[in-house]
Amino acid sequence: MRDAFIRSLTEVAARDPAILLLTGDLGYGVLTDFADRFPRQFLNVGVAEQNMTGLATGLALEGHTVFTYSIGNFPTLRCLEQIRNDVCYHRANVKIVSVGCGMSYGPLGISHHATEDISIVRALPYITVVSPCDRWEATEATRALALQSGPTLLRLDKSSAPELNEPAEMFRIGKARIVRQGRHVTLVATGGILGEALTAADLLASDSIQCRVISMHTIKPLDVDALIASATETGGIVTIEEHTVEGGLGGAVAENLLEAGALPGFFLRIGLRSGFSSVIGSQQYLRHVHGLDATAVAQSVRSCLAGSPHQYVARACA
Amino acid sequence: MSATIFAPSTDASGSPHSHSRELARRVRIHVLRMTSRAGASHIGSAFSSADILAVLYGHVLRGRPTDSRWPARDRFVLSKGHAGSALYAVLAECGFFAVERLETFYQDGSELCGHVSHQGIPGVEVSTGSLGHGLSIASGMAFAAHLGSSSHRVFTLLSDGECDEGSTWEPALFASHHCLDNLVAIIDFNKIQSLAPVTDTLALEPLASKWTSFGWAVRDVDGHDHGALARVLGAVPFEKGKPSCLIAHTVKGKGVAFMEDTVLWHYRAARGEEFDRALAELETTE
Repeated sequence: MRDAFIRSLTEVAARDPAILLLTGDLGYGVLTDFADRFPRQFLNVGVAEQNMTGLATGLALEGHTVFTYSIGNFPTLRCLEQIRNDVCYHRANVKIVSVGCGMSYGPLGISHHATEDISIVRALPYITVVSPCDRWEATEATRALALQSGPTLLRLDKSSAPELNEPAEMFRIGKARIVRQGRHVTLVATGGILGEALTAADLLASDSIQCRVISMHTIKPLDVDALIASATETGGIVTIEEHTVEGGLGGAVAENLLEAGALPGFFLRIGLRSGFSSVIGSQQYLRHVHGLDATAVAQSVRSCLAGSPHQYVARACA
Repeated sequence: MSATIFAPSTDASGSPHSHSRELARRVRIHVLRMTSRAGASHIGSAFSSADILAVLYGHVLRGRPTDSRWPARDRFVLSKGHAGSALYAVLAECGFFAVERLETFYQDGSELCGHVSHQGIPGVEVSTGSLGHGLSIASGMAFAAHLGSSSHRVFTLLSDGECDEGSTWEPALFASHHCLDNLVAIIDFNKIQSLAPVTDTLALEPLASKWTSFGWAVRDVDGHDHGALARVLGAVPFEKGKPSCLIAHTVKGKGVAFMEDTVLWHYRAARGEEFDRALAELETTE
């Protein structure tokens, strides 16, 4: 998804000289082409995320569309107050791009696990939070965000779900995509882990369990209508995220459904529940360890349909 | 190019800086009334900045109070946002908004918050209040001017305590690396920070050589001497190709004798007899 992002940004930057890309000294081999093609639109600010975000605000207030680029928590949590006070309060046209989200950098340890940023950043006023599931969504989201003014977090992880977009499909920020139809349960995922949801749906189909699968690429603003429809049209809702369940996608879905009075038949948040992962490993390995892979998702859905969703919670917290 | 923002009145005395001194005096009186009415802190910080702000708006900054977004204006970022009362007072005196609005400072329903906000307040470029943010934003504005070949300058006013923040030194590196000679950082060096003197908290000296070693062209000035301030700020950039740092030696609480050089008036609001004494002193100041 990272490469899809930079290809898409290269296209839009060629048309719009007001677009700037700032990096906090990361992106080796990834940003080189952009930097060579657009030397006046590229800036490596050094290892200084607070400054990068403040600079981006100043540049945006002067009319630029500024993308800040780094990995994991560095462009978000390291400079959270600059995002809050400078970017968001001024509604500055700053697009924060974080690559390697979730446990993409699993072997590097918890400093590189971006597993709380959705909860934290979505609490900030005025910001749009986008978490694409595949290269197509990453490409389209980048194009769309370049045209939309205002603060944004674009979080990209290393994995990419299979691309299931229709040939003429339109991507819209804030509009969920139903990538698979089904009536027994709705799986709502954000980010590349949607691929696990799709595989889980295949596994469940062999048990005659039909899953609706939704890519909730925009977490803020949330497509509440799509969720209400799924709560009423399918047997229950399961949210899936490579992120803490506390305040993330699952939290956002729960808040909005409860407030709308649209209670699903059952509801389960699949995500990280057992604290920091001091155990390391590949993204796929850690998904398995933390009960986020397709097999675990399918098993949890079966438990839900059997009337005991708490089996998953007990297992995940063990 | 447009004249500076606070124009001398026609009946000004012969002194070339009398109008900025009068502006500073009025600002201090406004700040005294505003903070007293509100029970608000930071009068000492506002008073130490008052002369710097008056000289900036009286002699240095190019702008148009009736067109606060005029593209060619010089930008001013108050990084020490806790001196917001002084900036509001300057802007009101310059005609960016009605002086009467200052009465709403800190009050229910007002937009004039204690730490400076741009929302709905003409002339305020940037909201601050958390220290260590302003220099980065100002550097971004200065970099944008370079990119766009614009001739406006960017001035920012920092506190000395703000130099404790690591996020002050990140843009210090950036601005010199990128030769932002359209950027001017003024340090309001009143030598007292939130709880104690700077020397007892985190020693900053030698402050000038720190900024010099970061690649800035540095000058020192008496931050209450309008003539000296106007001369030095009229000479920016101090060196072509380098950002300028002006260390303004000031006195916290300057202008009211019993408030000067004490931590107490970082927090205390003048009430009753204290207010009367302070007002009397400011009203008789030339």
